[in-house]
Amino acid sequence: MEHANWNGFKNGAWKDEINVRDFIQVNYAEYLGDSSFLQCATKRTSKLMDKLQDLFKQEAKNGGVLDVDTNTVSSLTAYKPGYLDKENELIVGLQTDSPLKRGVNPFGGMRMVKQACEAYGYTLSEKVQEEFKFRTTHNDGVFRVYSDEMRLARRCHVITGLPDAYGRGRIIGDYRRVALYGVDKLIAEKKTDKKAVAEGGFTAQKVKLSEELFQQITFLGYLKEMAQSYGYDISQPAKDAREAIQWTYFAYLGAIKEQNGAAMSLGRVSTFFDIYIERDLKNGNLTEQGAQELIDDFVMKLRMARHLRTPEYNELFGGDPMWITEALGGMGENGKTLVTKSTFRMLNTLYNLGPAPEPNLTVLWSNDLPDGFKKFCAKVSVDTDSIQYENDDLMRPIYGDDYAIACCVSAMKVGKQMQFFGARCNLAKLLLIALNGGYDETSKIHIGPQMPVMDVDKLDYDSVRERYDIYIAWLSNLYVNTMNAIHYMHDKYAYEKTQMALHDTSVHRFMAFGVAGLSVVTDSLSAIKYANVKPVKNEEGFIVGFETSGDFPKYGNDDDRVDVIAKEITHEVITELRKTPTYRDAEHTLSVLTITSNVMYGKNTGATPDGRPAFAPFAPGANPMHNREENGALASLNSITKISYDDCRDGISNTFSITPDALGKTDEDRVNNLTAILDGYFAKKAHHINVNVLNRETLLKAYDNPELYPNLTIRVSGYAVNFSKLSREQQREVISRTFHESI
Amino acid sequence: MIEKIVNDNALKSINDTKGRVHSFQSLGTVDGPGIRFVVFTQGCPLRCGCCHNPDTWEYKNGQEYLASEIVSKALRYTSYFGKDGGVTASGGEPLIQADFVSAIFQLCKQKGINTCLDTSGCILNEKVKKLLSYTDRVLLDIKYTDNDSYKKYVGCDLNSVISFLEYLNAKRIPTTIRQVIIPTLNDNDKSIIALKNLAKKYKCVDKIELLPFKKICKVKYDQMGIPFPFENLPTPDGALMKKLNELLNA
Repeated sequence: MEHANWNGFKNGAWKDEINVRDFIQVNYAEYLGDSSFLQCATKRTSKLMDKLQDLFKQEAKNGGVLDVDTNTVSSLTAYKPGYLDKENELIVGLQTDSPLKRGVNPFGGMRMVKQACEAYGYTLSEKVQEEFKFRTTHNDGVFRVYSDEMRLARRCHVITGLPDAYGRGRIIGDYRRVALYGVDKLIAEKKTDKKAVAEGGFTAQKVKLSEELFQQITFLGYLKEMAQSYGYDISQPAKDAREAIQWTYFAYLGAIKEQNGAAMSLGRVSTFFDIYIERDLKNGNLTEQGAQELIDDFVMKLRMARHLRTPEYNELFGGDPMWITEALGGMGENGKTLVTKSTFRMLNTLYNLGPAPEPNLTVLWSNDLPDGFKKFCAKVSVDTDSIQYENDDLMRPIYGDDYAIACCVSAMKVGKQMQFFGARCNLAKLLLIALNGGYDETSKIHIGPQMPVMDVDKLDYDSVRERYDIYIAWLSNLYVNTMNAIHYMHDKYAYEKTQMALHDTSVHRFMAFGVAGLSVVTDSLSAIKYANVKPVKNEEGFIVGFETSGDFPKYGNDDDRVDVIAKEITHEVITELRKTPTYRDAEHTLSVLTITSNVMYGKNTGATPDGRPAFAPFAPGANPMHNREENGALASLNSITKISYDDCRDGISNTFSITPDALGKTDEDRVNNLTAILDGYFAKKAHHINVNVLNRETLLKAYDNPELYPNLTIRVSGYAVNFSKLSREQQREVISRTFHESI
Repeated sequence: MIEKIVNDNALKSINDTKGRVHSFQSLGTVDGPGIRFVVFTQGCPLRCGCCHNPDTWEYKNGQEYLASEIVSKALRYTSYFGKDGGVTASGGEPLIQADFVSAIFQLCKQKGINTCLDTSGCILNEKVKKLLSYTDRVLLDIKYTDNDSYKKYVGCDLNSVISFLEYLNAKRIPTTIRQVIIPTLNDNDKSIIALKNLAKKYKCVDKIELLPFKKICKVKYDQMGIPFPFENLPTPDGALMKKLNELLNA
């Protein structure tokens, strides 16, 4: 196929098939220089950003939600076009008809929507309720089939945060396809695929796929209609950089109008955009300033994306996040870097528009990245605390060089792989349930295999492990089956039509499980093994606490005696999970990630043998427990690197906070030292790190005077938040974390 | 064959050299170039009024390690060292365990690890000279530029430090001079200029660092139930440090 809008692009397989990777590989220009070419925000950009800042302030003043349209069910064509500043915007499109106004999306579940409206002083309209009266939501579907045991596991919080009442998210459409090919070509391809599905045996699976393709095709039509309402015809390929960004954004916008998934990630667009920008620069149709304006404007739009959530939801996922994750940099399979000038321009938005949590800028770090780029990333981290890093050298051999990150740490090939999100199970609580022989003391629920309470004066490591293994096996099976129910119903009642239309028809699926409380359980088992742990029982004979005497090695000190326990437990959990088949033959994966739910998980878990008091927060993700590190920051990083990515393919999250003084004496030292830390950490096959360079005092000031720090951005667990948007409890937990300081 | 046995025995005795250690810092960014694995040795003959590690004074309080154990710990961090980083021995006063630190540094050099010695320079004997032969850089604390202050607030003689510096110069060991700036004691122009003039005389000195006096160590003194001698002295503010640095670099 040929198209006039492709003039100037080099030929490749991408012209004959849907293949964005090939288009990038044959057309992009790597950039090996430094950041000196970057341009500041223009007056137009700053004016627009000021306007947006005002709206953010009003939103905060209004309790976190500026406005809600309670009359309209969110979808691609449900709202009239909306603008921030119609005359001055370069990239247009809003989720509803007005900036920061949130829509309602009951497809995941009606109760959540009603509660969310009420939480912010609104009432869901009769009209919407009437529309859904005879309609099954995803939530309805799931609860029709949940077994008694699944309900109990949910109620006692041994499995929590399951996407059974809201959109599952974690699916990344290849939004670039719309810009490169135009929607008409995508529809034509899907029609060809649909025809092929009906040939041969029309099994239940194929009938299901055929109906999904019908929905995909229909929604691609709606996508065109949505763009048309803004005055753009996206049926054909984009002809210049502005259109390429606009078309891509429309595709993303369609997805977030249709779906309210927890994480609605963007993918890997910067280097793709760069090809269009370079063409325009070469033709004299664009200046560097103009190029930066386009990226700034695009990012401003992303920062306006919102979903309506309940307070309970915010407890799990604090700070109103969308996880609009953009993967930056990395290396190509041919050894050439994928860093372009637009990779720099994307990071530069943190200066031009100020630090912010969204988009969730994620640098794919490789030892081979150009030095100028490494240094610029480190500088941006020191200045803004707004980016995270993931190991490209670890992921590229598995996912190739056109993968992206969904949410925080979930890698997938763009447009070729997707995942069924599965929140996480609470390993620390599971240990307590095991010791009590199938009884959760916190919720007073009997669950799992029933056996006697461990009746000893001193817990013996081997017997505890033996018993824990039984409960891990039990929970793993229950967990997979629960996920199967959830995702069957999500596909049935809230299928992601727009996003899946931007995937290959034949897609690889992951089923992503997770664990919370890994460091608590690791230290607890270490205490049982190396110190004396005496269970304390209540009158009914259940264990409610522990007396731990003697010292024991603690995770986070690069001590193999205890670190190996964390490695063994994660290996055991994924091995057990794999024993139960998944819905649609998805590949089992595991993450060690908690978002902000480490606070909530702790709140629902009694005292543990490591000395953690009842209801105290867990450490986030794979982090060691707060203030148990005795040998400094790198020792704690080394402990984390011992958890195998082969066991935890859905990611191993680590949040690292260091004071500027501890990172080095001068700005130059800080940049060089952070670069060395990242190189060293990833050389040890670590997967992920969030970097915060700030003083605890700053957080304490922001805790006391939130109005003075409206834009203080910090990385928490695979994402960044405005500190001021966290709950007081979450803020206190962040303050209590280990800050690596110099003495 | 015999040669091999002799070498093996020599290596074993280096590996097995024992010493006492207070603690480790796996991410040292302020004690030498790049990222450093810092070994804080236990024991110090001096009693500086500004000392921020009083818990390293008593030699008997540390934990015993073999030199080889220290080096295996350090080897876990080589991937972070980059082209500048390495191992730093600090304290306490590493010179009182010159054999031990010498063994550590010798093993480091065998592994290609950069070595850095953070010291007061109060001892110079044959053992220390051997240690310096395995040392890539010295961070030398010159606490004051007059002997009276040394006697009063340190407990040793300035001349012994100068002899140490002369030896470093003779052996051309790159040296960073460091001074803790303590208001009322050495924060005056005269003292800074004296420090500058002193450093100028020695070609081995390629850097001078002024460090602000801090009092966060007071908790340690309180825990140990001993008085913090400089408790009532003020800490320097950023403006003062800036001014003195400008004077130093003028």
